[in-house]
Amino acid sequence: MSDRHIISILVENEAGALSRIAGLFSARAYNIESLTVAPTEDASMSRMTIVTTGSEDVIEQITKQLNKLVEVVKVVDLSEAEHIERELMLIKVRAGAKEREDMKRMADIFRGRVIDVSDNTYTIELTGDGSKLDAFIQALDQGAILETVRTGASGIGRGNRILRV
Amino acid sequence: MTLTGAEIVVRCLQEEGVEYVFGYPGGAVLFIYDELFKQDKVKHVLVRHEQGAAHAADGYSRASDKVGVCLVTSGPGVTNAVTGIATAYMDSIPMVVLTGQVPTHAIGLDAFQEVDTVGITRPCVKHNILVKNVKDLAISIKKAFYLAKTGRPGPVLVDIPKDVTAASCEFEYPESVAMRSYSPVRKGHAGQIKKAAQLLLEAKRPMIYTGGGVVLSDAAPLLAEFVRLLGFPCTSTLMGLGGYPATDPLFLGMLGMHGTYQANMAMQHCDVLLAVGARFDDRVIGNPAHFAQNPRKIIHVDIDPSSISKRVKVDVPIVGHVPDVLLELIKLVQAAPQRPDPTALKAWWAQIELWRSKDCLRYDRASKIIKPQFVIEKLYEVTGGDAFVTSDVGQHQMWAAQFYKFDKPKRWINSGGLGTMGFGLPAAMGVQLANPGATVVCVTGESSIQMCLQELSTCKQYRLPIKIVNLNNKYMGMVRQWQEFFHGNRYSESYMDALPDFVKLAEGYGHRGVLVDKPADVEPALRDAFRRKDELVFMDFVTDPTENVYPMVPGGKGISEMILAEEL
Ligand SMILES: Cc1ncc(C[n+]2csc(CCOP(=O)(O)OP(=O)(O)O)c2C)c(N)n1
Repeated sequence: MSDRHIISILVENEAGALSRIAGLFSARAYNIESLTVAPTEDASMSRMTIVTTGSEDVIEQITKQLNKLVEVVKVVDLSEAEHIERELMLIKVRAGAKEREDMKRMADIFRGRVIDVSDNTYTIELTGDGSKLDAFIQALDQGAILETVRTGASGIGRGNRILRV
Repeated sequence: MTLTGAEIVVRCLQEEGVEYVFGYPGGAVLFIYDELFKQDKVKHVLVRHEQGAAHAADGYSRASDKVGVCLVTSGPGVTNAVTGIATAYMDSIPMVVLTGQVPTHAIGLDAFQEVDTVGITRPCVKHNILVKNVKDLAISIKKAFYLAKTGRPGPVLVDIPKDVTAASCEFEYPESVAMRSYSPVRKGHAGQIKKAAQLLLEAKRPMIYTGGGVVLSDAAPLLAEFVRLLGFPCTSTLMGLGGYPATDPLFLGMLGMHGTYQANMAMQHCDVLLAVGARFDDRVIGNPAHFAQNPRKIIHVDIDPSSISKRVKVDVPIVGHVPDVLLELIKLVQAAPQRPDPTALKAWWAQIELWRSKDCLRYDRASKIIKPQFVIEKLYEVTGGDAFVTSDVGQHQMWAAQFYKFDKPKRWINSGGLGTMGFGLPAAMGVQLANPGATVVCVTGESSIQMCLQELSTCKQYRLPIKIVNLNNKYMGMVRQWQEFFHGNRYSESYMDALPDFVKLAEGYGHRGVLVDKPADVEPALRDAFRRKDELVFMDFVTDPTENVYPMVPGGKGISEMILAEEL
């Protein structure tokens, strides 16, 4: 049984912390579906979100091994309880005179925003959980997609579930 | 007080009470060597290869309660040391490694003797730090010592660019370190400990399985007290030998791939298993699925949560410092109204004695060719069981573990986790320096000893009177054994052709060498060697090239599926 888990990590904002964590995943053959990281409101600390898959035993090892890293302050498996997950996608599509109207409508349906325009392209910004972004890509004429970039998921617990030191 | 980075390094070592640094100089560490030259509190031991520096520092740690320190230059100095660092890491040995690095402005430019030291060593250290500013130097070294010896110990590396050793800043050695991201537990969970005590008291076929954690945490006296209080059988891993007195009747010998029949059988058939400072390694429990076939309750005490339920699911996990947890367990058992069921325990012991009566370590004592086991038995006798014994890796290592009965912790020094050939001799140097005047033996094989042979020169320089017991079977014996058992007797590249004359070799380094080729000469040769308190003696024993290590659990098999000597 291999489930998708979304793991949040508070880590000292030090050079090398990211490679230590990424290295742990590759050395122990754990999966990484996506990894995002940026400093928190306290600049001495970064918050990382890792999406991974594995059996219960593997996920238990992942959280234990992460906790063992000297720079890691806290680790939470968000998927253990209610949580929210968002990902940002920027997608550049062909939008010549013919396609403009359609493309705009499609973006509206998915609550995307056109954030850059040229003679023959639109760049659309879209946030949501991963499946929504997938659905948007599916809904487009595949030939119209020129470029996509996705951030990977960020996650946060619902309500009073708070991860901080 | 304003000091240069190099002065700070040496001051920090002095503040930490470091007596010896094992090292090798080079461009990136010249300022540090210059400061070492100007003082005499911290003594430097000049090895002949950086791998030797790391192993010597490691051996020094293993045989003392201090943290071994090694110092190497950038680039090849570091890469040479990596094997030694990984060896210490796999066995959780506290060690501080100081490495020189190219100047900060040159980092990343493929400078002369530049390697990404922090990157290369990341997977084989507990932690590592690149110091980019001299202001961070003292605190980084303080952290290194703190991290190395607390929690689950391990090597910590501090990488110091040359310009940082030349720059200056105000120096004050921090009294302590506080890290919000690092706080190892000590006390175990009281509720879990209670559950554990209850399970043990109700056990019908109990077993206590102990590992290197007992030795590392100085828990041996408490372990002995606890085991004797219950009267339960006790076994130990390769790393745990000496954690419980081997001559005690409650001790079943080592378990695992080359463990005793009684230890492995009891492990498989017990109904309550207490694991203390051990990690259910693949060389210990064999095939985990086979191990799980017999139902049993498992209690696991370890300082490292990630060691628990990693390979084997446990019922009562207790994360804590081993001595603290054992003390609690002792109190609970002493206070408990009930005792373990005496009838059940008697029956269990009767079964164990039956297993023990197989005499699984039997070998041909009438042999005309020297049997390696015989050499170790004589070594045990001649040294009164009181030597520090280091070993290399192979058959000789297993025979030393099986036949030298360690009654005290920190006497058996070997590379269990990484299995590093070449470890024995340099480790013995560290052991001897940590224990001046003590008897130190290196049990090795003709192949292993050649991997760090150059350290014979270091032994001469520092007058280290190590006794080398070379079990010379002309083969990479352990490789040959596997080829005999599992590869149709095809001895592919395991014969050591063109061996040197070890006697002349030892003499060439200024030591004494002796060749022993008859069983009757074994004991006299040993007696003579150990009488020479101030000399290194290299004893080259010509042993039976066909001898195998028994029992043996073949890879992938269950722990009770042993090949025994008599079956062949
Ligand atoms: C550095 C290193 N290389 C290879 C091995 C694989 N290996 C394990 S035991 C062994 C043979 C050791 O031979 P020797 O030192 O003569 O000891 P013996 O087994 O004959 O007692 C080898 C090659 C190892 N453990 N370490």
